[in-house]
Amino acid sequence: MAPLLTMQGIDKRFAGIPALRAAELVVETGEVHALIGQNGAGKSTMIKILTGYYRKDAGEILFDGKPVAFSSPQEAQRAGISTIYQEINLVPYRSVTENICLGREKRRFGLLDWPAMHAEARALLARFNIDIDVRRPLMVYPTAVQQMVAIARAIGFEAKLVIMDEPTSSLDEREVGVLFDVIRQLKAGGVSVIFVSHKLDELYAVCDRVTIMRDGRTVQVAPMTQLSRLDLVTSMLGRELTQVLQEPHDAHPSEGDGRKPVLKVEHLAAGRKVRDVSFEVRSGEIVGLAGLLGAGRTESVRAVFGADKPESGTIKFDGRENAIAAPSDAIQAGMGFCSEDRKLDGIIPDMSVRENLTLALMPHLARRGIVDESRSRDIVDRFIKRLGIRCSGPEQRIRELSGGNQQKVLLARWLCMNPKLLILDEPTRGIDVGAKAEILSLIRELAGQGLGVLMISSELEEVVEAASRIFVLRDGHTAVELRGDAVNEQSVMAAMAHGHESAREAAHG
Amino acid sequence: MNTTSLKLFQGIGRYGVLLALLSLILFGWLRYENFLGAFNVLSVLRYNSMFALVALGMCFVIITGGIDLSVGSTAALGSVVAALLSPYGVLPGLLGGLAAGLAVGACNAFIITRLNILPFITTLATMLAASGCALLLAENQSVSVSYESGFTELGQGDFLGFPIPAWIALVAYLLGSLILNLTSFGRTVLAIGGNEDAARLMGLPANRVKALVYLASGGLAGLAGVILAAQFGAGQPIEGVGWELFAIAAVVVGGTLLTGGVGSVGSTLAGVLLLGLIFNILNFENGLGWISLSAYWQSVIRGAFLLLVVAIQARLSMRTEEAA
Amino acid sequence: MAETATTLPPAQRAPRLDLKTVLTRHGAWIALALLILVNLAITPNFATWQTLNVNLTQVCAIVIVGVGMTLVIATGGIDLSVGALMAIAGALAPLIFLGKLFPLPHPAIGIALAFVVPVLVTGALGWFNGWLVTRLRIQPIIATLVLFIAGRGIAQVFTNGNLQVFNLPSFQFIGLGRVFGIPFQAILMIVIVAAAAWMLRRTVFGRQILAIGGNERAARLAGIPVTSVKQRVYLISGLLSGIAGLIVIARNSAADANLVGLGMELDAIAAVAVGGTLLTGGRATVLGTLVGALIIQLVRYTLLANGVPDAAALVAKAAIIVLAVWLQRQSHR
Repeated sequence: MAPLLTMQGIDKRFAGIPALRAAELVVETGEVHALIGQNGAGKSTMIKILTGYYRKDAGEILFDGKPVAFSSPQEAQRAGISTIYQEINLVPYRSVTENICLGREKRRFGLLDWPAMHAEARALLARFNIDIDVRRPLMVYPTAVQQMVAIARAIGFEAKLVIMDEPTSSLDEREVGVLFDVIRQLKAGGVSVIFVSHKLDELYAVCDRVTIMRDGRTVQVAPMTQLSRLDLVTSMLGRELTQVLQEPHDAHPSEGDGRKPVLKVEHLAAGRKVRDVSFEVRSGEIVGLAGLLGAGRTESVRAVFGADKPESGTIKFDGRENAIAAPSDAIQAGMGFCSEDRKLDGIIPDMSVRENLTLALMPHLARRGIVDESRSRDIVDRFIKRLGIRCSGPEQRIRELSGGNQQKVLLARWLCMNPKLLILDEPTRGIDVGAKAEILSLIRELAGQGLGVLMISSELEEVVEAASRIFVLRDGHTAVELRGDAVNEQSVMAAMAHGHESAREAAHG
Repeated sequence: MNTTSLKLFQGIGRYGVLLALLSLILFGWLRYENFLGAFNVLSVLRYNSMFALVALGMCFVIITGGIDLSVGSTAALGSVVAALLSPYGVLPGLLGGLAAGLAVGACNAFIITRLNILPFITTLATMLAASGCALLLAENQSVSVSYESGFTELGQGDFLGFPIPAWIALVAYLLGSLILNLTSFGRTVLAIGGNEDAARLMGLPANRVKALVYLASGGLAGLAGVILAAQFGAGQPIEGVGWELFAIAAVVVGGTLLTGGVGSVGSTLAGVLLLGLIFNILNFENGLGWISLSAYWQSVIRGAFLLLVVAIQARLSMRTEEAA
Repeated sequence: MAETATTLPPAQRAPRLDLKTVLTRHGAWIALALLILVNLAITPNFATWQTLNVNLTQVCAIVIVGVGMTLVIATGGIDLSVGALMAIAGALAPLIFLGKLFPLPHPAIGIALAFVVPVLVTGALGWFNGWLVTRLRIQPIIATLVLFIAGRGIAQVFTNGNLQVFNLPSFQFIGLGRVFGIPFQAILMIVIVAAAAWMLRRTVFGRQILAIGGNERAARLAGIPVTSVKQRVYLISGLLSGIAGLIVIARNSAADANLVGLGMELDAIAAVAVGGTLLTGGRATVLGTLVGALIIQLVRYTLLANGVPDAAALVAKAAIIVLAVWLQRQSHR
């Protein structure tokens, strides 16, 4: 029998940068197919091309035996492809019934038939063992129920293919179990499922086959049972284990053991994703914070920086405990934070390089509220030169710069403050190779001058190379601390895949 | 999750304004003679029916997360067109006013959905344009309506002992309620306001629905203009100043969220009546002779009411956010 | 949107100087220059001192309010209450210098207080707007709607809706006085515009305003005190509204709470929009607001001077606003 879905040779470029390169995805009828890969590997782009959100540059999509090119999610839905997005894309103020039935309402005499719609909503939710008042607004229910409603909506469309993008991120174990039962039901009914998740256990529990993507390419397709966890992780990260083992591991620069910790975080809990996180950074030391997506890395550092409120635990920075209530406190105390999303949380696009660079420094550059322009220009010139920021001049708008140069400006924003600790969340994301190397060597140099650096990166290679210690987070907990010789890709991967014990085995065994 | 505050939130939206309205009526009934007399009730209804129509359109617009500042001058334009056409009969006057309103609504719809300009600035501009058109057509003065054609019945007449404008408003509200609750169009309106992106991803025709909503708002404002002309016997090119903000206030007092996504036609009507009754009660209070509050207090009290409602809304939504 | 974005060529290195860029960047100035040229050609007696003065005095109040509005809009907000605040200031001042509020020891003190108190009151009300926006997190449009509705009522209650007529040259200097033949209000306007433009460019506060409007999340993460900056911006808008209110009543030799500042919020927003300030915040030009107000006024003047009814000017104004915002969107893609 022909596969239900065949995507072949899919190419996609964004502003000239390739996001997909001849990517492939084949899903059989009635199978649960895992789609995994690192951040930026191209999973989401692949799915968005399938559902008509993006248009492909090249390649071919066959669905149900026919070539298709959907121009909108609506069209894909009508053809039988339902998608459950990672962020719950529902309307919180509206009732559960509306959220399930909007778009295919039941009518009587031309008017909406509410009793019938409520009944249908209840019936769909019953498959998940959920019995709630479907007339109440969605927002009154917990996130897990909302997620189930999203899934019920997708299933209600009598789809041939259901795409689930990290559907379990807000579900507890029991709820995940229920979801898996439903997936098995779907499968038994001949429906195919594309399952995107970073939780490896789940893949083994429910998936038949797996497609692994990396750098916009499909790198491996195999039955789940043929691959071990370590196989999955290495394939995702793109390095053969043997290769890693054979690589000479140069001694890490400064262990920083003798120095005092500049930041010490203990048993931090904040929101859903950070449950029990502990780590520390000494001055002059680069510490890595590793973990799969959703392990709570970004959320932890946001809480440290005062951008989110911690629920419990202690954050000790520069000798003072829990003194940070807002980012301005953190900055005052000598912290800098380059956020993961440059566009959303970093740059002020309409402002010049100079204004962006001096944004945090500005109050210190001013006398009686008036910015000292010549000092500001001196500082900016110095940093443009020092960091090799390529721009037409300090007055160029930052939006016109390349990603790497924008990132350097943001780094300079903090460096000009003379911080004690710099938190870097994915400092090299979306940056070309040359700029990457420059930024990494800069970070190392800074640490050599006594700056404490806490670095989050999904590129293991990078963290391992730069950091002298790595804390691996897993599901909101600090799973393990790796130091010395244990700082290698193999043990980090093992810790990400299995957690505590296995990491130790991998490190010592 | 703090479900009690959520319940309270929903409850205040749905019943708070009704409770306030009822207690105001009770207060008036106990305090003043003839407050619930036929004359007073009917004249309050007659006068406020225009505002009710404008607020109905505004209610739909606000539920989608937008705003329509042009309704006031659209009503003025409608009143002028209706007055000019009134010599030809009731129907030409009525349809003329309606068509003028629809035309402004169509402009809004086009600019907002096609040129992608913010509703606020779009309707600000069409407000000026409609006002200019009204003044041009009326040659800068009020236009008398024809008393022979029976056009004035639309504003001054009664049907089954009930003012005709109130009938029109009643029918409009019944239809509006029906559309919002029992058609997929209405539910789409609510979904767009709740989360426009999600609505698009759900496959709902967001742009078409938004365009229709602005069209409807224009049409209702035009209709309000027809009643205005019929009630006062003249097309008023300079009337309608501040109607838009009065309508917004009524909608907000009625518990519709300004951010969109939540709203009810019924409580909008209650909001209109509540704000209208404040004026009425001030009149009665002055009539008693104990104190003499000038009519100017009404806008102060209206403002205070609006403040109270939005402050409660804000508090509750802040608490819900924290709980979530 | 997504589709078009992906078919674009890679980001251009150097900004091209094509017609569209020029039009969208400097459209307001070009339009103003064209208007003046057209008027020089067709309007009789255009190039006279008289014409300049007439047009300047017409825009003074709008521009002064517009400066505050520019700052508010630059943070991504809006202030609908400006007209009502003008009415309050306009109602208070005569009450003070006519001695109706409290007995005056000396007329000069009355006049001094008549300048200071109303402006302080409107400033406080502006601060209240900011408080609603920042502390209660009410959308600016609704938060300022409260005072839009109640403010004029307060002014009317103060004066019982009566027209207050007066003849007090020392107070009315603000609206009628001349320095070297130039209306004092025009000088005041220029000073305010210059001060605000300088503030926006040169001071920490000005940069913070633009940073908040440009990207509030990033601004907060860079340690900018978002709440206090926004608060101060609404305060400034209130203060400037008060000054504008005083100018208007001084010019008219009368204060009518029903009319002072009526529709001012819309005129000011229109001037801001036409002047090239981004309505979603982050990019603002105070000078542009002056130019925007002058454009709107000059269009009106041109039409009037050439026999077109005032009402048609309204339609033209609407068209200018839509066109200006649409052009802005094109350049901002």
